[in-house]
Amino acid sequence: MKVWATSTRWSLGMKMSLTAGLVMGALVAFSASHHAAADELRGTGDMGLVVERATGSLLVVENTTRTQLARVEGLGDLSHASIVYSRDARYGYVFGRDGGLTKVDLLTAKIDARVIQAGNAIGGAISQDGRLVAVSNYEPGGVKVFDAKTLKLVADIPTGSKTVGLVDAPGNRFVFSLYDEGAIWVADMSDPHTPKITKFENVGTQPYDGLISPDGRYYIAGLFGEDGMVMLDLWNIDKGPVRILDGYGRGEEKLPVYKMPHLEGWAMANGMAFVPAIGHHEVLVVDTTTWKEVARIPSHGQPVFVMAQPDGRQVWVNFAYPLNDTIQVIDTQTQKIIKTLTPGKGVLHMEFTPRGEDVWMSVRDLDLIKVFDTATFEQLAELPGLKPSGIFFTWRSGRIGL
Amino acid sequence: MKHWDLKVWTPKPVLKLGAFYAVLALVTGSVAAAAVAKDISPERKNELRYVLEQDCGSCHGLTLKGGLGSPLLAGKLTDRDATDLASIILDGVPGTPMPPWRPLIQPHEALWLAQILKSGDLGQ
Repeated sequence: MKVWATSTRWSLGMKMSLTAGLVMGALVAFSASHHAAADELRGTGDMGLVVERATGSLLVVENTTRTQLARVEGLGDLSHASIVYSRDARYGYVFGRDGGLTKVDLLTAKIDARVIQAGNAIGGAISQDGRLVAVSNYEPGGVKVFDAKTLKLVADIPTGSKTVGLVDAPGNRFVFSLYDEGAIWVADMSDPHTPKITKFENVGTQPYDGLISPDGRYYIAGLFGEDGMVMLDLWNIDKGPVRILDGYGRGEEKLPVYKMPHLEGWAMANGMAFVPAIGHHEVLVVDTTTWKEVARIPSHGQPVFVMAQPDGRQVWVNFAYPLNDTIQVIDTQTQKIIKTLTPGKGVLHMEFTPRGEDVWMSVRDLDLIKVFDTATFEQLAELPGLKPSGIFFTWRSGRIGL
Repeated sequence: MKHWDLKVWTPKPVLKLGAFYAVLALVTGSVAAAAVAKDISPERKNELRYVLEQDCGSCHGLTLKGGLGSPLLAGKLTDRDATDLASIILDGVPGTPMPPWRPLIQPHEALWLAQILKSGDLGQ
C-alpha cells in the first residue's frame, strides 16, 4: 500500500530559468502544502488533474479543499491533451498531442509509465473492464490499444484517416470516427488481440468529434463539413447511423470557427441534449426521445464545450477565440441563458465537482484556475496554474464515455 | 486555500529568438518586408505570437508540428510563398476547418506571420 507521502517529487521548475531565490520560495510553498497530507492514507475520489498545456505538466488537485497538491512534469506537448482514469481512480492516462500516452499516479504524483505511441494524437478512452486504453491518432491515422497496466501495445487498428471522437462503449467496445473518410467504426475488444471491427461508411462530411450518452447507448458524431450530426444507436446497431439536426444552419451564413467545438462534455439534461452549433453562435437543443431539434439558444460566441451539471439543472458553455473570456449558463427548464460570467481571457475548459456544487474553470491567459459556486455563481477560490487547459476529476473513472 | 506564487516563474518559451530582423531580412531579402515588420508594434507582435502559439496551436500544435491542421514548421513551408501563406491566414481554406482570420488580423500582420513561420524563428 502506498502512502500519500513521498516528498521528492517537487522538482517543479528546476529546469526552468528562474533565480535560485524564487525557486526556493516556490519549493517552500510546495512543501508546506504537501506536508499537511504527509503520513496519511487517502482516497482519490476528490482528486483530479489539470493540464498545463504549454509546459507539458499537470497539476494534481483536490476539489474538497480547492487546492493544488503537486505538479507532475515531463509529459511533452499537451496542447489538446485529455485524460481518462483507471477504474480504481488512482491513475490518470494522459493523451498528449505529440502521441505521448502517460500513466500518472495521483497518489505519488509520479509518472508510472509513458510511451510515445504515434506522431500526432487527439484523445483516448479506457475500456469497460478497465484493462485496455485506446488512443486515437492523426498520424499515422488509426487507433492503438494498450494494456492499461503496462502500456504495452495490444492491438493496432489503422484507419487511413485522422481518427477522432474515440469513446468506450458497453460490451468492451470502442467507437470512433474517421475525419477524412466520413466513417464510424465500432471495435469489439472481447478478444483484445483481435478486435472485431464493424464499419459504417459515408456517414457524413468531416466528423470532428464524437460522444456517447451516459447510458452508453447513443454514439453521436458532430460534422464539420455539414450542418448536422450522426447518431448510432448501439442497442440497435444493425439499423446503422442516422442523421440528426440535419441542416440546422441552412440558409444562414456560417461564421468563422476559431476553435473546434468539443463533444466529450455530453450535455444531456432534463430529457434534452445540448450541443454546440458549428459556425453559428448557438447552442442547439435536441429532444432525446424523438431526436428532433426543440430549440436554438443564441449564445455569446461559437460554443466550444457545452456541459451539464451532474444534476442536469443548468448547462455551462464556453466559447471560441476571440470571445473566450465569457461563460454562459443555461437553465435547462426554460432553455434561457440565466447568467453570463467573464472569468477572464482564455476560458478553455470547465469541470464540476462530483455532485456539482462547484465548477472549476481554467483561465489560460490569466494563468489561473477559478472555482465558482454553481448555485450563487460566486467565485469561491482561484488557484495558480501555467496556461491551464483541461481539468479532469477522478469521478470520471466510473462513467461510460469519459 | 493554499497558494504558491507561480508568478515568480515563467514557462520557458517554446520558440527562441535569434536576431529577428537579420533572419527576416535573410528570408525575404527585401526592404519591403522590413517595413512590414516595422509597422507592427512590439506589443502587437507579442499578441500575434501568442495567438500563433496558443490559438493556431489548438489545431496546428503548440510546437506547430501539426494536428487537425497542417504542420507549420519552417521545413514544411520551404516550397510555400509567404504571400500565399498570408492569404491562407487571411481568407482560410474553404472546405476545411482553417478559418479566415481577416476580421482579427491585418494583411501586413498576416504577411509578417507567414515570414516568421517560414524563417522558423518566431521570436519570444
